Amino acid sequence: MKLTFPALVAAAVMAAGPVLADLVVPNLSYRTGPYGANGTQYADGFNDYFTLLNERDGGIGGQIVQVPECETAYNTEKGVECYEATKDTGALIYNPLSTGITYQLIPKVAVDKKVLYTPGYGRTSAKNGRVFEWVFNAPANYWDGASVAVKYLLDQNEGSLEGKTIALVYHNSAYGKEPIRTLQELGEKHGFSLTELPVEAPGQEQKSQWLQIRREQPDYVIMYGWGVMNQVAIQEAANIRFPMENFIGIWWAGSEIDVQPAGAAADGYKSLTFNGVGMDYPLYDDLQTHVIDPGKASQGGQHVGSAVYSRGMYAAVVIAEAIRTAQEMSGTDEITPEQLRDGFENLSITPERLEEIGLPDFGPEIAMSCENHGGSGMARLQQWDATAGQWNLITEFTEPDQEVLSALIEEDSAAYAAEAGITPRDC
Amino acid sequence: MIYREAGDFKTSYRADGQTFPIRLERWGYYTVLAVAFGIIPFVINDYWANAVLVPFLIYAIAALGLNILTGYAGQVSLGTGGFMAVGAYAVYKLMTSFPGVSILIHILLAGGITAGVGVLFGLPSLRIKGFYLAVATLAAQFFLVWLFNKVPWFYNYSASGQITAPTREILGFAVTGPTTSAPAKYLVCLVLAFLLAWVARNLTRGSIGRKWMAIRDMDIAAEIIGVDPLRAKLSAFAVSSFFIGIAGALLFAVYLGAAEVGEAFGINKSFLVLFMIIIGGLGSIFGSFAGAAFMVLLPVLLKNVLVGNLGWPTDLAAHIELMIVGALIVTFLIVEPHGLARLWRLTKEKLRLWPFPH
Repeated sequence: MKLTFPALVAAAVMAAGPVLADLVVPNLSYRTGPYGANGTQYADGFNDYFTLLNERDGGIGGQIVQVPECETAYNTEKGVECYEATKDTGALIYNPLSTGITYQLIPKVAVDKKVLYTPGYGRTSAKNGRVFEWVFNAPANYWDGASVAVKYLLDQNEGSLEGKTIALVYHNSAYGKEPIRTLQELGEKHGFSLTELPVEAPGQEQKSQWLQIRREQPDYVIMYGWGVMNQVAIQEAANIRFPMENFIGIWWAGSEIDVQPAGAAADGYKSLTFNGVGMDYPLYDDLQTHVIDPGKASQGGQHVGSAVYSRGMYAAVVIAEAIRTAQEMSGTDEITPEQLRDGFENLSITPERLEEIGLPDFGPEIAMSCENHGGSGMARLQQWDATAGQWNLITEFTEPDQEVLSALIEEDSAAYAAEAGITPRDC
Repeated sequence: MIYREAGDFKTSYRADGQTFPIRLERWGYYTVLAVAFGIIPFVINDYWANAVLVPFLIYAIAALGLNILTGYAGQVSLGTGGFMAVGAYAVYKLMTSFPGVSILIHILLAGGITAGVGVLFGLPSLRIKGFYLAVATLAAQFFLVWLFNKVPWFYNYSASGQITAPTREILGFAVTGPTTSAPAKYLVCLVLAFLLAWVARNLTRGSIGRKWMAIRDMDIAAEIIGVDPLRAKLSAFAVSSFFIGIAGALLFAVYLGAAEVGEAFGINKSFLVLFMIIIGGLGSIFGSFAGAAFMVLLPVLLKNVLVGNLGWPTDLAAHIELMIVGALIVTFLIVEPHGLARLWRLTKEKLRLWPFPH
């Protein structure tokens, strides 16, 4: 047992001492591993928006935003390592883009007093700000997604899903299991039956699931997938000639790289989204002038405008707005994580504000409070046009069935509070 | 000159049979212990505990466990990840069902439960060996992960199937849950790693360890000289799974705090621990620690050097890191197929003969 090796590590770590900066927003990204193809695009969008703010406006409120990156490979152990490595550098907020890492960090951020922002992923019941003081998941969560998808199907069927069957193809992990409860409840409410088809991570192997779909002929398929699982699922659906317009993915199953491998067969595939698609927004012109043309874009800007890139950028937009709100509220530009949390709790992104940013109608209106850390939960649907090679938005922002969801959120967050010994705050 | 045994006389069998027969080595060992117990707990911070030392100690325990089974008893196993999951889920169920009982007892019980499961999956080893046994234990790996994912009772019916460790204390200090301090985490793992390494060392040089090694070297010959293969093999499975179960329990409860079975205890974990003992050295206690250090610390070190010091992009660094670690593994195994422990032993022999080595 010799400890010479740790000594070497010590030397390396000491040499790589933290740089204290004013606004530090670590980017726990993954550009390698089974989900690297998606993670890369998200991280690029996240980086580029802050680069734009730094280049164009000199940061937020005159403070340069630093975005140190740390590679997690979507692996929880590396995620913990990244969190520990960055938390003492003055980090304000974490956005790990992984439900697994989010679950690790939820108890930790409450003790270390850091904000955790998990747009569209993470623990759904974190919407209850009375229990999850440091976690925010606006604009929408997994249960919102399930509910909006069912609402859309209700619209398609004159308001009744009585006797219909819906198959849920899901990533067999915390992420994929999230919507099951909601869909079961909604199934009882609207009279459809649910078939659950788990797919083992990372998801290349789905032959038997699609064989079952071919045999049972469900009316609709909802998919909670990520990474390579989406591509395989869309290809398999095409192979069994499942009608693409009856196939709806969650927002993480709605990027170009998911549908492109299936080529023309993917035409008509639908997915949820909580942000706009394409590049027809004024902000992209600024991005071109200040970030991409001077060669400051992350990875040379090769993914600009893709669905996942835009979602990463949108997460950065919300964080930047919360930082701005926090600066206004506290009267100082050098905010602390506590002040940022207050900024999030008073965050209001109106359609007018989105237009000012240069992203009109890009996301739903967000209004958060001490109680509500999840916003309105509105999402919309997009459909893939294989000939044009682009996503088209096909619905307006739709509100989920809050009646069903709020009861579930109350129940799940109460269970967490009991387990973790948290007394819910008064709001 | 600096490392020799001249003048280091032994006058009893006891003295001759000790683990560290050379005085210099003994002092080195005591120094390491003194630093580990006496100094590090006072200077450790969150980063050092959570990113470096706690995972190192936990994987060292897992490697010790697998080394007992594969290195000493010769039973190839690919089920380490699954057995670690048993430890993790056992400790989770025990923690949440009996919150009043000390977490240390739960961790030991989790080890015991894993030992039972290990014996169950060790039963085929009586009929099959080598690659066939590897496949049987691989089945254990997949079955256990599937089971913990499938049956909601194991994860207390939570919506997402994740398990989260609530806060539990030893002597008033939290050792699990988010409020745990770095020294508390480190000390729990250190104490268990130290005790288990001590137990493993003494088991392997006693009669039971000799039986394991006899079975490993040639099972028919061992049977002829009176070793009962049933008891030897199953005891190896039991002891090994006990160690691995404790490693799993610590990995979940103390280190990660939350876990998802497919991600935290997948097949990759089995391979990781297997690589540790192959690189560290089969059939060596020191090798288990050296292998764990190599596989856990080297990537962290490389990451800090490449990203922190040289400022490389994270993805490039991650890829280069994989290549470097892979190349080092291959190089090591070509230069010394018996692992780091053998390399260390050779160094020591050379030093003892210095300045006239052959």
